[in-house]
Amino acid sequence: MLDLTYETPKPKVIQGATGDWELVIGLEVHAQVASNAKLFSGASTEFGAEPNAQVAFVDAAMPGMLPVINEGCIALAVKTGLGLKAQINLTSAFDRKNYFYPDLPQGYQISQLYHPIVGEGEVLVDMEPGVARLVRIERIHLEQDAGKSIHDMDPNMSFVDLNRTGVALMEIVSRPDIRGPEEAAAYVVKLRQILRYLGTCDGNMQNGNLRADVNVSVCRPGDYEKYQASQDFSHLGTRCEIKNMNSMRFIQQAIDFEAKRQIALLEDGKTVDQETRLYDPDKGETRSMRSKEEAHDYRYFPCPDLLPLEIEQGWVDDIAATLPELPDAKKARFVADYGMTEYDAGVLTAELDSAVFFENVAQGRDGKLAANWVINELFGRLNKDDHPIDASPISAGQLGQIIDLLSDDTISGKIAKDVFEIAYTTGRDPAEIVETEGMKQVTDTGAIEAAVDQVMADNPDQVAKAKENPKLAGWFVGQVMKATGGKANPKAVNQLIAKKLGR
Amino acid sequence: MSIDKETARKVAKLARIKVEDDALDALASEFNAILGFVEQLNEVDVDGVEPMTSVTPMRLKRREDVVTDGDQQTKVLANAPDARNGFFAVPKVVE
Repeated sequence: MLDLTYETPKPKVIQGATGDWELVIGLEVHAQVASNAKLFSGASTEFGAEPNAQVAFVDAAMPGMLPVINEGCIALAVKTGLGLKAQINLTSAFDRKNYFYPDLPQGYQISQLYHPIVGEGEVLVDMEPGVARLVRIERIHLEQDAGKSIHDMDPNMSFVDLNRTGVALMEIVSRPDIRGPEEAAAYVVKLRQILRYLGTCDGNMQNGNLRADVNVSVCRPGDYEKYQASQDFSHLGTRCEIKNMNSMRFIQQAIDFEAKRQIALLEDGKTVDQETRLYDPDKGETRSMRSKEEAHDYRYFPCPDLLPLEIEQGWVDDIAATLPELPDAKKARFVADYGMTEYDAGVLTAELDSAVFFENVAQGRDGKLAANWVINELFGRLNKDDHPIDASPISAGQLGQIIDLLSDDTISGKIAKDVFEIAYTTGRDPAEIVETEGMKQVTDTGAIEAAVDQVMADNPDQVAKAKENPKLAGWFVGQVMKATGGKANPKAVNQLIAKKLGR
Repeated sequence: MSIDKETARKVAKLARIKVEDDALDALASEFNAILGFVEQLNEVDVDGVEPMTSVTPMRLKRREDVVTDGDQQTKVLANAPDARNGFFAVPKVVE
């Protein structure tokens, strides 16, 4: 794999009344494991079913029911760990996290506090070409999701649906290595991209399949470097945790608000209380979830229903052999093999489907030209229609045909765009469009010369002016192109006009 | 470790067990008796002994990732004190 070299981004600085402040951010991302069945039951994980139609008795915590772990979920967690270059723990164990809530029928969540399945890893967070932050991953553990409560169907009652209860989540915990709101959002984008490449989480934030808790604190410039050198948290400020966010925009807004709130407290001589807060997007502010504070006494203890989870190195190696090419490697390869910019490579590798589409177009053709057509013409057009790449009305083969017709001078660049539009809207093959619609470029010098002569004969005044001022030659090129319906070879037209104007 | 009245109150609340105020002192002293009994275990020297997780040498049982259960809304809701439109209906809980 080729490595691109990166510079570290500057931390975000907020100016307070008493000087500059910096932000320190760590994220806990909850990613729903893309399994068919739940973590400890055989009920389906599919989204959007009738309420309580995907509930096994163990999910509903019926007496005497015991959890049996889903091997597929273990494999997907291991695969995620490998994709984040993380340590895989061959022995891990499950603990009970106790709290009461109507959508948690067991009265506890089965999680992995003391011995998570995945240890330390890393994510390279791209900020702009040549600038990226390496964020350390502390751990990934497997745990059960809770059910869903609906509060707006009745004035006095809450309605509980246990379909999501017991679905497997990976909690991916970062170190406090993120230094601004934009970096935090970029971190979630990159993590989501890697998970989607791996196929271990679909990354659907709207459905809540990927959501983040954000820990924010503020410190003075220089303090963070002391923390990094010693890993001693006392150099950092007191943090607050903002719960359960499922939008990149809200993550940024919440961090920004929260940092400013903490700075105002500190500059006022007050202290920041370590607490859980909720972001209200309507008001654009975070507020304390006091009710959660006491319930935070989770009384963790090892789950007596489950033996420690032991996996074998050979099995981990088998999973490692199935890892796909990941975003960083693919991006570096696109830059090296196709000679495109890092920016373009980033655009083309953002989604795996886009990268595959591009490579199908580029196969046996000029990579840079293919990249231009996919990014500027196709993505531009798809964006306009709000279509994802897998719903593209024009196939990679058809787009390739247009590039071929352009490369062998059968059509001009301007005509190629027209052909693209026709192919995109009708699904017809570009070669057939060019043939049927008579869009071939005129390269016959005789025909072009006749058109040039005609334009000059019709505009003797312009000819006289153009002979004085060569810049006016462009006007003739435009007229000739118009007269030939855009089909004249622009190079030939330029040459002929220059010659006839006596230069 | 000693349990005072306030700790007893907190533990009862976390466990959602209602204990009247005048019963808390007795509860705390019972806690202390139990903990004192268990603390005898501290006298055993366990240096270098691996924690035992099971009395039988068994591997954690696993399932394949296949949907084999669910689709039993009526049964799941059968014991609910209140169920409406396929949901469990509970007294309003809102943050």
